[in-house]
Amino acid sequence: MARKKLFDIWTVLYIAIFAVYALFLLYPMYSILRNSVIGENGKLSLEWFVKFFSAKYYSQTLVHSFDVTIWTTLLTLVIGVPLSYFYNMYEIRGKGLIQVLIILCSMSAPFIGAYAWIQLLGRAGIVTTFVKSVTGLTLPNIYGFNGILLVLTLQLFPLVFLYVSGALKNIDNSLLEASDNLGCSGIKRFFKVVIPLCMPTILAASLLVFMRAFADFGTPLLIGEGYRVFPVEIYTQFLGETGTNFSFAAAISVIAIVITAAFFLAQRFLAKRFAFTMNAMHPIERKKAKGIFNIFIHLYTYLVVGLAFLPQVYIVYQSFQNTSGKLFKPGYSLSSYQTSIKRMSDAIPNTFIIGGIALVLVVLIAIIIAYLVVRRSNVVTTAIDTMSMLPYIIPGSVVGIALVMAFNKKPFMLTGTVAIMVIALCIRRLPYTIRSSVAILQQIPITIEEASISLGASKMKTFFGITVPMMSNGIISGAIISWVTIITELSTAIILYNSKTITLTLAVYTFVTRGNYGYAAALATVLTALTIVSLLVFMKFSKSKEITF
Amino acid sequence: MSVNIKIKNAVKSYGANTIISGLSLEIHAGEFFTLLGPSGCGKTTLLRMIAGFNTIEGGDFYFNDKRINLIDPSKRNIGMVFQNYAIFPHLSVKGNVAFGLKNRKYPRERIETETQKFLELMKIDEFKNRMPDKLSGGQQQRVALARALVIQPDVLLMDEPLSNLDAKLRVEMRFAIKEIQNRVGITTVYVTHDQEEAMAISDRIAVMKDGVIQHIGTPKDIYQRPANLFVSTFIGKTNVLEAQLAVEGARSRLLFPEGLEVPLDGLREEFRKGQKVIVSVRPEEFVISTEPNGGLRTVVDSSVFLGLNTHYFVHLDSDQQVEIIQESMIDEAIAAGSMIYLTVKPEKINVFTEDGSRNILDGVNNDKNEEA
Repeated sequence: MARKKLFDIWTVLYIAIFAVYALFLLYPMYSILRNSVIGENGKLSLEWFVKFFSAKYYSQTLVHSFDVTIWTTLLTLVIGVPLSYFYNMYEIRGKGLIQVLIILCSMSAPFIGAYAWIQLLGRAGIVTTFVKSVTGLTLPNIYGFNGILLVLTLQLFPLVFLYVSGALKNIDNSLLEASDNLGCSGIKRFFKVVIPLCMPTILAASLLVFMRAFADFGTPLLIGEGYRVFPVEIYTQFLGETGTNFSFAAAISVIAIVITAAFFLAQRFLAKRFAFTMNAMHPIERKKAKGIFNIFIHLYTYLVVGLAFLPQVYIVYQSFQNTSGKLFKPGYSLSSYQTSIKRMSDAIPNTFIIGGIALVLVVLIAIIIAYLVVRRSNVVTTAIDTMSMLPYIIPGSVVGIALVMAFNKKPFMLTGTVAIMVIALCIRRLPYTIRSSVAILQQIPITIEEASISLGASKMKTFFGITVPMMSNGIISGAIISWVTIITELSTAIILYNSKTITLTLAVYTFVTRGNYGYAAALATVLTALTIVSLLVFMKFSKSKEITF
Repeated sequence: MSVNIKIKNAVKSYGANTIISGLSLEIHAGEFFTLLGPSGCGKTTLLRMIAGFNTIEGGDFYFNDKRINLIDPSKRNIGMVFQNYAIFPHLSVKGNVAFGLKNRKYPRERIETETQKFLELMKIDEFKNRMPDKLSGGQQQRVALARALVIQPDVLLMDEPLSNLDAKLRVEMRFAIKEIQNRVGITTVYVTHDQEEAMAISDRIAVMKDGVIQHIGTPKDIYQRPANLFVSTFIGKTNVLEAQLAVEGARSRLLFPEGLEVPLDGLREEFRKGQKVIVSVRPEEFVISTEPNGGLRTVVDSSVFLGLNTHYFVHLDSDQQVEIIQESMIDEAIAAGSMIYLTVKPEKINVFTEDGSRNILDGVNNDKNEEA
């Protein structure tokens, strides 16, 4: 009987990866759980949970979070699905640029959008002042629920757009023709055929939007004012000005994880019921729309994309304005850039060092895990797979808090180091990169590897000489998306950073909270420029030009 | 330097599910040997056990006298051609062909010359700098074959290599493969479900069903004296008729229910007794007559003119359908609705036991029996 060697290189690898995950994910999660059930007197107790649910002051944040999240999810669908349908079914002028703009919107940090909208529509915003001076009218209040909803919707509808566009590309044109032929066309066809065909994707996109909106922390912090939501409450309890309470923060974190896990499982269950596979032999071809409808879809597209992109444009404009302290002055110069870069001289190198190390680790670990899961499935690799998906349902700020709780004392004194930032970013990004690597690997027939082995190549040589090069296009484009999400990450980093490990995104946030809007705009523009460059590189490497998050 | 492959009592199972139980086989050095059978019969499984991509749950595999059960696939010195060709998409044609030689760490000049030799041999020299996605199916097939042969393997394994090609190219590649195999003289194991392809290309064929070898023999042996009813129906077309065997002294006759009597020679001694039998008559083994002559009475339902031959579809009194092939005549084909009478060519037909498990005539050459 043929017996494989017990300890080949892959065995060593999966044991190592399992250990790393146990240390940097399971142990912190355990820490947070343990902290949440330790009462004020140091004994086991559920008093923090009781405190949360019994005081309306706290439990209200949960209701607020649900309110914002559910409305955001619905609105992104209402805006994103038709946009994607128009974009993929009909000829829209400037469609290349539109897609790039939508992708850019989805890639900026949400809090930057929030602060730009405050600049535009806030109490002293230029639009508010302008409308007031011309008409005497006061615009509706941008702060609180409305503002959060506005910012999150405009930030997250691109995800729906990109997901649904992917699904529409997989619909075979003959399905639509058959539907027309059977007497179901136009708007009826949209609801009876197109939407059901995209349902699995719509569900997946909804979950993603839900998770992002629920966990987003920067937007409500800036624009929420009195409207208190869950992630902000965790943060205030943990680092707040009114005194910190680790255990209470931990308890709220546990509640957050339970909620997101429940939604994750519900989505899984629903998605299974709608699951089917499609592969378009003849993809849909864009048609020219006629008359009024043509005008309508153009207006709709330009309006939505214009609104979503407006904050970015305004920030770039602002970055060139002259400033004096916190105030803007007439005239334009590069002084905001000079001052902000001088004041945050570490931010740019830090962004590249921390982001770069995290990226290399993410890509390397993701490829190895994907290979283990696809080609060497066993109990341990399945466990690693499941474990690596955990951070998908854990809000970013909770990941940050868990790491602090686990690694703030010897022998693992990591708080305040570059290492803990890198670890946090890796943990947060890995679920996405693993999933996309798995998808890429599943498309490579195993016979290719067998051919290599039968021609005398060793397993390692086959992996690095055949498998990895065949995955490379997908890996590189996936890595670029990871890079962008890593450099714009806020909710975990804000808990872990200190003055030595500050990154660009954190620097923007710091300037915003201090009211140095000009400096914030300058650094945000640098961040946008970095994103655009990354996107251009992505376009070069990705054959399909499709972006998956 | 080709080898002979010996398989003794091979067992393959997935959990409790046994695909192959105790299969034995000997493939001679330099032979073109085909595993033929319907899908799911275990032929590809067996091939992959030889290659080392499937584990072996029992039995022994030998190349000459070397037991290979525990040898890593990359060390078995096997050339393999996959159904989907498995061409490395990121390497050029030349890169693909040279891949195996590079793994063997040959000096650069030797890699150059060997690669060049096989590029020319497979007539793909002119494409050598192309990437695989710029090749047609037939060209990819040639690259796959060149890549497998250039390493001078002991054994060449091919898993339905022609099934992705169109009909014309398939026939063309068949001859190309056969010719190159002759030239190189390498022991080849070929898997296919296409019996015509198997007959055209093979020195010997093993017909498999449900993980069990039914018959091993030359294409001629298998076609003309199939070991059992399954082999006779799987290879070529045949009509299966029921009859009674009558034995009187040294003479024996087949009695068909419709009245036809056929004298039968060459009955095997062990089956020399009166019994129900199953008779397999291939379409070309009928003799037809438009006049009553004691033959089976049938009515013509339709005919198809195919140039060289004309096929007649007729039915017996029992309503059983029968297909007949006759050389096309210059006259009109026999019209539908006509009555015709069938007799058979007694030396060509095959007679099986009532359960179809054994051919009861002499002249069955089945190498399986010697090896079992």
